[in-house]
Amino acid sequence: MSRRKTERLLNLVVCLLATRRYLTAEQIRRAVPGYPDSDEAFKRMFERDKEELRELGVPLEVGSDQQGAGGEEIGYRIPRQDYELPDIHLTPDEAAVLGLAARVWQRASMADAASGALLKLRAAGVETDTATAPGIEPRLDTGEPSFPALWEAVRDGRPVAFDYQGVGRTSATRRHLEPWGVVSRRGRWYVVGHDRDRDETRVFRLSRIVGEVVPDGPPGSVTVPPGVDVRRIAFDWGEPVSEPRPAKVRLRAGAAHGPRRWARDVRPVGDGTWDEATLTFRDVDRFAPYLARFADDVVVLDPPDLREAVIWQLKAALAGSGR
Amino acid sequence: MTGRTTGAPGGRAPGRTTTSSGRLARLLALVPYVISRDSVALDQAAKDFGVTEKQLIDDLNLLWCVELRAPDPYCPIDLSYEGGEIIVTEAESIDRPLRLKADEASALLVALRMLAGIPDLPDRDALSRVIAKLESAAGAAAAPASKVAVEVAAGGGPDTAGHLGRLRDAIARGRRVHLAYYVPARDENTERDVDPMRLLVVEGNTYLEGWCRRAEAVRLFRLDRITSLRVLDDVPAQVPEDAEPRDVDAGLYRPSPDDVVVTLELTAQGRWVADYYPCESVEELGEGRLRVVLRTSDTRWVRGLALRLGDQGRVVAPTELADAVRDDAARALALYEQM
Repeated sequence: MSRRKTERLLNLVVCLLATRRYLTAEQIRRAVPGYPDSDEAFKRMFERDKEELRELGVPLEVGSDQQGAGGEEIGYRIPRQDYELPDIHLTPDEAAVLGLAARVWQRASMADAASGALLKLRAAGVETDTATAPGIEPRLDTGEPSFPALWEAVRDGRPVAFDYQGVGRTSATRRHLEPWGVVSRRGRWYVVGHDRDRDETRVFRLSRIVGEVVPDGPPGSVTVPPGVDVRRIAFDWGEPVSEPRPAKVRLRAGAAHGPRRWARDVRPVGDGTWDEATLTFRDVDRFAPYLARFADDVVVLDPPDLREAVIWQLKAALAGSGR
Repeated sequence: MTGRTTGAPGGRAPGRTTTSSGRLARLLALVPYVISRDSVALDQAAKDFGVTEKQLIDDLNLLWCVELRAPDPYCPIDLSYEGGEIIVTEAESIDRPLRLKADEASALLVALRMLAGIPDLPDRDALSRVIAKLESAAGAAAAPASKVAVEVAAGGGPDTAGHLGRLRDAIARGRRVHLAYYVPARDENTERDVDPMRLLVVEGNTYLEGWCRRAEAVRLFRLDRITSLRVLDDVPAQVPEDAEPRDVDAGLYRPSPDDVVVTLELTAQGRWVADYYPCESVEELGEGRLRVVLRTSDTRWVRGLALRLGDQGRVVAPTELADAVRDDAARALALYEQM
């Protein structure tokens, strides 16, 4: 943006804030310096300026003072109560955590939004530059290329479409989603919503979205059903429903430290090469690969289905890595 | 999905608000910023706005030049910065900052709620107060923030509860700590003395960064892997002057020239590996299969990963590593013959 344009827009904001009456385009043109003489050029420029102000978040009201009289030209104004940030006062400890929060985002879009917010809060008199360091530095990364588009979609209540390749799928498929929310756990991002193809609630992992996320309907057309907790949908999904079961295992003495962290009844057996212990698990399909990882440091004695699953897992690894 | 690289820089350049509408936003904030403080020194204001004093003076001149020509010409803003002190004497209309946009309110609220979700954080009270104040000031712009949620793990189980608070305290008092730390990549329990430097939350996990006296280097310790923690109350922490904090914005994974380059082939079922591990390259092989290349300083965890994968993937290179996986599996299977 050129200095001239910045100056013109600044004048325009001040002009529309100062007026209580709606100002017509012509009145604005006379009051605000910097508009061209040609009618066509003015019209185009004024249209762009209005768009620019809306993007900046300036509430531009369109209307007319003489309602119902007919024939009158519409005008513009910026209602002060809609423009102004309400008073906000923060205590030093509140300001300190706010400053911390503003530094959390690592990527351009949200990091810029956070510093934009901080700028306005400072302008409202909030002092965020306090010496009380909270002693912790949280970072939040939205490195997924699809994050900005999905955030805009949930913010604006807008359906989206994208190509998605789930685990176990041989190719990507086009998905149509009414997104309800975006959630993250352990640094991984998920979008939750109503899958229009399946007509069901679904969770998609952002890292498995292939290519661009595009709008697939007008803003405001997505309604999040009341009582929906997107976090719960994202993270409870796929949790095993089966009851916990005990597994009797042998752990090599001085090894298998991972399982030992939560093993019960660990006691040495035989010549001291092995300990016997009890582990609790729910889902064989998840637990067997986890145990297989410890190779000959863990042997499952019971139950048979878990034992067989680990043996199968090891045989598959043996076959796969054969020459 | 091609050639995804990890550890891309965070890309946070200072003074980035000099572009386009960023400048207008700054101009609109500048007047209320000064008014709410009566007067502000030029250098302080430049610092707060992340611009040079020269840029700031240009901004002030621009504000001072604001004029309206009709119906009667007048200049609504009067200010001065004589003697390096900014004073606004007249500021009709733009004496209050612009309200927050949905993106702005959400960026702060999502981050604040993420912090509020960290167990053991002693500022929880301040957090809930500031969240309430911000929600009320932002009005409708605060609503979309509830559609984004971030969870942070601070501890893994009963043996790690309370670590965060005690480590924060140790950092504040400059005390050394003794850790029992589980290293999953090597399935090892280690004991070490660490001089704590700071606590970090990165990729949804909480870490202690400190000078490890065993490694004689800066190390990161994930809190849920610290199996026991003792604060050495009578030993002051001694972090060497040249100990450099890690630039975590560039990612946690640090490639090194000594790394082993590992190639894995994954079936459609094994694609999750590309989501969980930092891959140097990811190549589609058709029918959902992938070839991924990883770099690692220690191949032991890759052996574990290969056993975990079973028929979902295999090590292609180096061949010695594939051999090691086969040996691991064969030894384990031999035990099942006996027990």
